[in-house]
Amino acid sequence: MKLTTKLLAATAIMSASAASAVELEVTHWWTSGGEAAAVGKFAEAWNATGNTWVDGAIAGSGGTARPIIISRILGGDPMGATQLNHGRQAEELIEAGMMLDLTDVAEAGGWKDIVNPSSLLDSCTLDGKIYCVPVNIHSAQWLWLSHDAYEKAGQPVPTDWNEFVASAPALTEAGIVPLAMGQQGWQQNLAFGAITIAVAGIDAWREVTVNKNADVARGPEYTAVFNAVADARELARESNVQDWNQATNMVITGMAGAQLMGDWAQGEFSVAEQVEGVDYSCLPGLGLNEILDTGGDAFYFPANDDPEITAAQKELAALLISPEVQVSFNLAKGSLPVRGDIDMASANGCMQKGLGILAEGGVLPSGDQSLSADTQTQIEDLMAEFWSGDMPAADAQARYADLIASAD
Amino acid sequence: MSVVEDAAHSSAKGAKRPIRLFRNPMAKIASIPMILTAMVVFVGGTLWTVVHSFTGSRLLPKLNWVGLDQYERLWETPRWLISISNLALYGICSMILTLFIGFFLAALLDRKIRFESAFRTIFLYPFALSFVVTGLAWQWILNPDFGMQSLVQSWGWESFQFDPLNNPDIVMFGLLIAGIWQGSGLIMCIMLAGLRGIDEDIWKAARVDGIGTVKTYVRIVIPMMRPVFITSLVLIASGIIKLYDLVVAQTNGGPGISSEVPAKYVINYMFQAQNLGQGFAASTMMLCSVIIILIPWAYLEFGGRKNA
Repeated sequence: MKLTTKLLAATAIMSASAASAVELEVTHWWTSGGEAAAVGKFAEAWNATGNTWVDGAIAGSGGTARPIIISRILGGDPMGATQLNHGRQAEELIEAGMMLDLTDVAEAGGWKDIVNPSSLLDSCTLDGKIYCVPVNIHSAQWLWLSHDAYEKAGQPVPTDWNEFVASAPALTEAGIVPLAMGQQGWQQNLAFGAITIAVAGIDAWREVTVNKNADVARGPEYTAVFNAVADARELARESNVQDWNQATNMVITGMAGAQLMGDWAQGEFSVAEQVEGVDYSCLPGLGLNEILDTGGDAFYFPANDDPEITAAQKELAALLISPEVQVSFNLAKGSLPVRGDIDMASANGCMQKGLGILAEGGVLPSGDQSLSADTQTQIEDLMAEFWSGDMPAADAQARYADLIASAD
Repeated sequence: MSVVEDAAHSSAKGAKRPIRLFRNPMAKIASIPMILTAMVVFVGGTLWTVVHSFTGSRLLPKLNWVGLDQYERLWETPRWLISISNLALYGICSMILTLFIGFFLAALLDRKIRFESAFRTIFLYPFALSFVVTGLAWQWILNPDFGMQSLVQSWGWESFQFDPLNNPDIVMFGLLIAGIWQGSGLIMCIMLAGLRGIDEDIWKAARVDGIGTVKTYVRIVIPMMRPVFITSLVLIASGIIKLYDLVVAQTNGGPGISSEVPAKYVINYMFQAQNLGQGFAASTMMLCSVIIILIPWAYLEFGGRKNA
C-alpha cells in the first residue's frame, strides 16, 4: 500500500499530462515463477498511474518469443511495448524506423548520468538517439550449488569451479548428477561462455568475442576452454531436462550438485523459499574470475501513429526506470538494477555480491551486444551438437574458430 | 504483369479458334480469382523467395546480391546436412510403414469382422489430434522416468531399455512412431474405401479360379487400387516434407541437433537468427527436392496418358 502511494506521487505529474487512460499491450517472455512475480511489479506500477497494462506473455524462451514479437512489428500489428535483449537484436528494426525514438524522455530523466554501467545505454543508442529503456542487468557467469547435495555426498561446498570439478566423482557416487544442464542450445552456449571467462580470462575472451580474432580462438587459451567444457559435458551426462528452470529445480531439490546459469536463477530459489548460504550458494564468475557480463533486458516501443499511444509509451518508458519500480522489480527478479543511485539494502547475499562486482567495475559487454543473432544461432547449434554427442574438443574448437572468422 | 501478358497471349491465339476460348465463358470468368491467387500468391511468392535467396538479407528483405554465398554456407552447415539425412530417413520409413500398416489394417477390416465401425473409429482417432498434441503425448509416453520404459521395468523386466528421445542415434525412430501412429489411420480409411470399391464379382471370380486370399490381394486388388495408392502417396509425401510441428513438440530438434529437420532450419534461420537470406536458401532447396520428386511422377502420370 505504501509503495502504491509512493508510486502514485511519483507518477502524478506525468499522468496529469496524459489525456486519458490508455491500454498498452506489453509483450515479454517472463513466464517462470520468479519472472512472473517481477513483471507483476511493472504491471502494478503502470496500473497505479490510471492506465491499463495488457499482459502479452509469450511462453517459451526468448528464442521462441522474439520471432513472434518481430513478425508482429513487421506485419504492422505493433504492441505498445516489448521486451527484447538489448544489443543487436533490434538493430535493423530501428534502422527501418519501426521503433519510437526515446531521446527526449532520456534527456528529461537524465539517463546518461544514472544508468550504470553506461554500456547499457550505449547498446540502446543508434546514431546518437536512444531507442530502448534498460530495466535490469543480467549476468550469465554464475555457478549455483546445492548444499543439500553436498551434504548427502559428505563433501564441503566448493568455492570455485576447479573444486567443483574435483568434487564431482563424490557426487556421482552418492547418486547425484554433478551438473544440471537443460538440453537447449542457448543454455549450453551460456555455460560455454561462463567457462570461457573463468578459464581463458578476460583478455582472450574480449579478443575473440568483441574483436572477432579467430587466431586467438584457435590458440592455447581456447584449447583449455574446450577441454574444460568437454569435462563439464561428462558431468552433465545424466541430466536430460529441457528448460532452465527445470534444471534449477534439480539443484533446489538436491538431485543435482550445481548448475551454470545466469543470475535469473536467483528468482527460482526465492520462490522455493531457499536461503542463500544455508540451502544454496552462488559463485559469480565461477569463483575464478569475478567479472560479470552486463547483458540484460530492455524495453522497446514500436512506433505508432496514434499520438495518445505514443504519449503513453513515453510515460511508461520513464516509469520503468524510476527508482521505486527499479527496486521492486529487481528484488523480485533477482537481477541488478540499472541505476547505481538507489538503495538495494534489502537484496540478499548473491545480489550483494553482484552489486559489489558492479561497483568495482568488473563488467564486460554481453555476447548479445557483440555478436549478431545469426552468429549466436550458429554458435548455439554448435554447442547443442557438442554437448549432446561425443564430438572431440579439438573439432569443436576448430569449428568455433571458423564461425568467429566469418562473424560480422 | 505476367497474368496480363498471358491473357493477351491467349486471346491472340483465341482469335484463330474463337469457339474454344469462349466456350463456357462464365466458368472461365469465375476461375479468374483462383488463377490470380495461384499466380500471385504461389508462383509470385515462390519467385520472390528464390530471388531473395541470392541476397544477403538479414532481418528485413533487401536486394544486396551475394551470389551463391548463402547456398555455399548452407551446404557447409552440419545442422543442415543432419536435417537432410534425418528427413530422408524419416521419409523412407514413414512412406513404407504407413502404406503397409494402412493397407494391412484396411484389409483386416475388410474381412467383414464384427464391430468394424468401432475399430475404424479407434484407428482414425489419432488423426483428429494435431501434431503438437501427438508430439507431447509421445514425449511423455517415451519419457524414461515415468513412461513406457519405467512401466515395463516395473513389470519385472528390469533391464528393459527404450529411451529413443534421449539417444541421438535412434531419436528419429521416436519421432517415426508418433508420426505413424498419427497418420496411418487416415491412410487406412482411404485404403478401406478403395477396397470397398472393388467389385464383389472379382472376388467371386478369383475364388472360382481357386486363387488364395493373399494372392488375390497382391495380384488383383492392389493393382486395381492404383489411384487410391497414388492419393495416399501424395498425402504421406506432403506430410513428410512439411514435418515441423511434431519435431518442435516432441524433441525440439534434440538431443543436441540430432532430430533437426529442414523446415525447422528454415524457421530458425529466418526468425531466430534473423538471417532471411539463409532461410530462403534453405527453403529453395526444399522446393527443389519437391520438384525433383514431383516432375518424374507428373510425367508418368499425365504425360503417359496423352500418348495412350
